[in-house]
Amino acid sequence: MRYTISLSLGLVVFWLLNSGYYTPLILSLGAVSIVVVVYIVHRMNVVDHESQPLDLSGKILVYYVWLIKEIILANISVVKKIWLGKGSISPTLATITASQKTDMGKVIYANSITLTPGTVTISIDADRLIVHALISENIQSLKAGEMDRRVSKLEKLC
Amino acid sequence: MLIAATVAMLVVMALTIIRGFLGPTFYDRILAVNMFGTKTVLLISLLGFVMGRPEFLDIAIVYALINFISVIGVLRFSNSPVFKHDIQEKDSGENSS
Amino acid sequence: MMDMVIGIGSALCLLLGSFLCLSGGIGIIRFPDFYTRMHAAGVSDTLAASMILIGLMLQNPEMIVMMKLVMILLMTLFISPTASHAIAKAAMNSGLQPLLVQAETKTGDKSSHL
Repeated sequence: MRYTISLSLGLVVFWLLNSGYYTPLILSLGAVSIVVVVYIVHRMNVVDHESQPLDLSGKILVYYVWLIKEIILANISVVKKIWLGKGSISPTLATITASQKTDMGKVIYANSITLTPGTVTISIDADRLIVHALISENIQSLKAGEMDRRVSKLEKLC
Repeated sequence: MLIAATVAMLVVMALTIIRGFLGPTFYDRILAVNMFGTKTVLLISLLGFVMGRPEFLDIAIVYALINFISVIGVLRFSNSPVFKHDIQEKDSGENSS
Repeated sequence: MMDMVIGIGSALCLLLGSFLCLSGGIGIIRFPDFYTRMHAAGVSDTLAASMILIGLMLQNPEMIVMMKLVMILLMTLFISPTASHAIAKAAMNSGLQPLLVQAETKTGDKSSHL
């Protein structure tokens, strides 16, 4: 029930922000489409904790700030490599062990790795992530495990 | 400044198209198409501001979603043999010719 | 005064975004194999897109336009890692081997037992 309410609220906000017309006709059309969407989502059986991690939403902001800083640093290093050319890159493939317990934590970790330029998660198998990196130092810093620790901390909070 | 950014975006799109035509494997082409789509979203938003019609942003949102779904839709078929044998076929073709 | 500061900030963001996009475009032409090109595409998907969209946000005071820009930004940031992971996984599954810098036994083992 909780997740249905939060989904409906999210859809209402989405409609109001996107529409910009607040006449009765348009608003009632919006209400009808929200009801239809909630019905379809119920039939698909995806209204649960996995699709809407509500507990996470407050605590994840600190992590986002750190992630944005990390993304900016990684962007600078990759752009430098692009202009320096082929000689300066050292593509590496490595296996990283993730310490998260839940699927949600693993997905957050793998997505964060992919979101920072220079490293891409190729596959997840239990707790082993196969990562392709543009520069071999990126793998070293991933193995040092600061991101891993932060995601684990986030996971414990939820 | 807006116009300069728009021109830069067009240049980047041209570069991506070149990679799409050159791309030795299927995956290079898919990557180029994906990046082309992202750049199109930015181009549409920029053009909306250049022309003074921010309504274009709706089209940009829809384009972002369609781009994602089309890439996933193409990759859905990546198990089919056409994708798999591309490299080997090309290699053997070069060897035999 | 305030308007001028915001205008300059917006112009700087747009300029930086265009430069990063161009770098991504150059990278996708210049890098030697598929997996490295993917990283170049990553640059132009994350920071470049954010910079251009932030530059546009600073241009316009209207609320609804601002919200739409924020929505596009969030969508880009959620979609791009998913798409690049899907492409990389499909490429790896279909047997496209990455070009690795050192043919050491360590990395060689790992790429062969995939």
